[in-house]
Amino acid sequence: MPRVTYVSYDGKSTTLDVPVGTSVMQAAVLHGVDGIVAECGGSCMCATCHVFVREDQLAKLPEMELGEDAMLDGAASPRRPNSRLSCQLVMTPAMDGLIVDMPETQT
Amino acid sequence: MAGAGVVIVGAGHGGFQLAASLRQHGYDGRVTLIGDEPHLPYQRPPLSKDYLDGKIGLDLLLMRPEAFFTEHRIELVTGRAVAEIDRADKAVVLTSKARIDYDHLVLATGARNRVPPLPGVELDGVCYLRSLAETEDLKQRLAAASHCVVIGAGFIGLEFAAIARGKGKPVHIVELVDRVMARVVCPDTSAFFADAHRAAGVEFSFGARVERLGGDAGKVTHVVLQDGRSLPADLVIVSIGVIPNEGLAAAAGLKVENGVVVNELLLTADPNISAIGDCAAFPSRHSLKNPVRLEAVQNAADHARCVVDRLMGKGGPYTALPWFWSEQGALRLQIAGLTTGFQQVVLRGNYEKGEYSAFCYAGDKLLGIESINKPADHAFARRLLAAGRGVTPQEASDESFDLRAAAMARPA
Repeated sequence: MPRVTYVSYDGKSTTLDVPVGTSVMQAAVLHGVDGIVAECGGSCMCATCHVFVREDQLAKLPEMELGEDAMLDGAASPRRPNSRLSCQLVMTPAMDGLIVDMPETQT
Repeated sequence: MAGAGVVIVGAGHGGFQLAASLRQHGYDGRVTLIGDEPHLPYQRPPLSKDYLDGKIGLDLLLMRPEAFFTEHRIELVTGRAVAEIDRADKAVVLTSKARIDYDHLVLATGARNRVPPLPGVELDGVCYLRSLAETEDLKQRLAAASHCVVIGAGFIGLEFAAIARGKGKPVHIVELVDRVMARVVCPDTSAFFADAHRAAGVEFSFGARVERLGGDAGKVTHVVLQDGRSLPADLVIVSIGVIPNEGLAAAAGLKVENGVVVNELLLTADPNISAIGDCAAFPSRHSLKNPVRLEAVQNAADHARCVVDRLMGKGGPYTALPWFWSEQGALRLQIAGLTTGFQQVVLRGNYEKGEYSAFCYAGDKLLGIESINKPADHAFARRLLAAGRGVTPQEASDESFDLRAAAMARPA
């Protein structure tokens, strides 16, 4: 099963097995990983599941749709070129080994 | 009693967030979260969307797994109702007579379904869509239903209709006033959504009042309207709004008036009792009329954070911008701000195509923005309105006006 590593703002790292078809956000919430709030439950409505993806892994991810792009502009921690909403990152085998850094705040 | 910690009555979005935020901010005292439903705290918005549709299971509905509560030392009391608040002794008394002491009490009691005083409302097949148990029941019934009648064309009724149509079920919506979502959106947006639902096969009766629900052998079979029509129905969804759960507060002598009345710090008149979320009537700087009571995840969660800041000694008035969303079939509705009392609406974008925003004004003051399949506008609207700034009606109607630049230039 593909794995994802979540790195909290204070540097704590958690690695999870994430089934293909599950989002990076869903896996974090299911395992109680701190730092992902996901207030809207994964509807791409709230920008509280914001993560930073390692630059060399960006190309492995699903393409960003308009809604995600828009909501990232409203994220509580300022958007960077490697910002994504983790509710939109649905696992594929190619994403195995993904590392996401959590922002300072989601709200 | 010192050391009793924070007791939260109600384990919905607000109650859960309060408990989680206390720990996140380093609160070290006891945290007790009391819910009257038997489940772990769960999210309500997906009930009328992906959960009813069968797209997600219970695991993805839960706020957090059970281990989260143990790890964060949140004492979760499920399936227990609070019978009364003993303010003198600073304790809540459960219906089981057990007492739980508090240093600070947070009422996050939410709201309950409004039940219409109609003959036949007790018939089997008359359903509601607010709790997990109701949704589980409805899911089974929807699979077997041949005719659905929805009473009330608000968010819940319309979200249900979209899912039922997706499963090929005939749906007839009966609404007292002349348009959908009349309480929360402008007439243009009502018209757009009504047309979209009609195109998906939903039938509407506007300005229609239900007279009674008819049945056979205890099961609902039809809905009789006051104009004499009889609509076949083996499944009736009642979605005519909710009533705040303010009884505990009222019985404890706290002021209630369409909700538990709190000040700008979300405190009741008792300095040891706060109220948050759907049950709280509070003053909002974003509302023309106060107090307001809002039924929204954002409101519950931001209320919780505000109270936690106060309990941790760095509190200030509640100022968060209200926002709401609804998903109905392929349509996404996002609302930023409180548009109640608007006098003028400026449409921006492509209304015919269903990608537009409605800017709602009272005079020149921008109250709020409804965005339909226009998430960028919504993100910008939240930044603008949270900063207490607007765009003029002239700017809004000018498609060449750079909304993004205006929103991003002004600190959120």
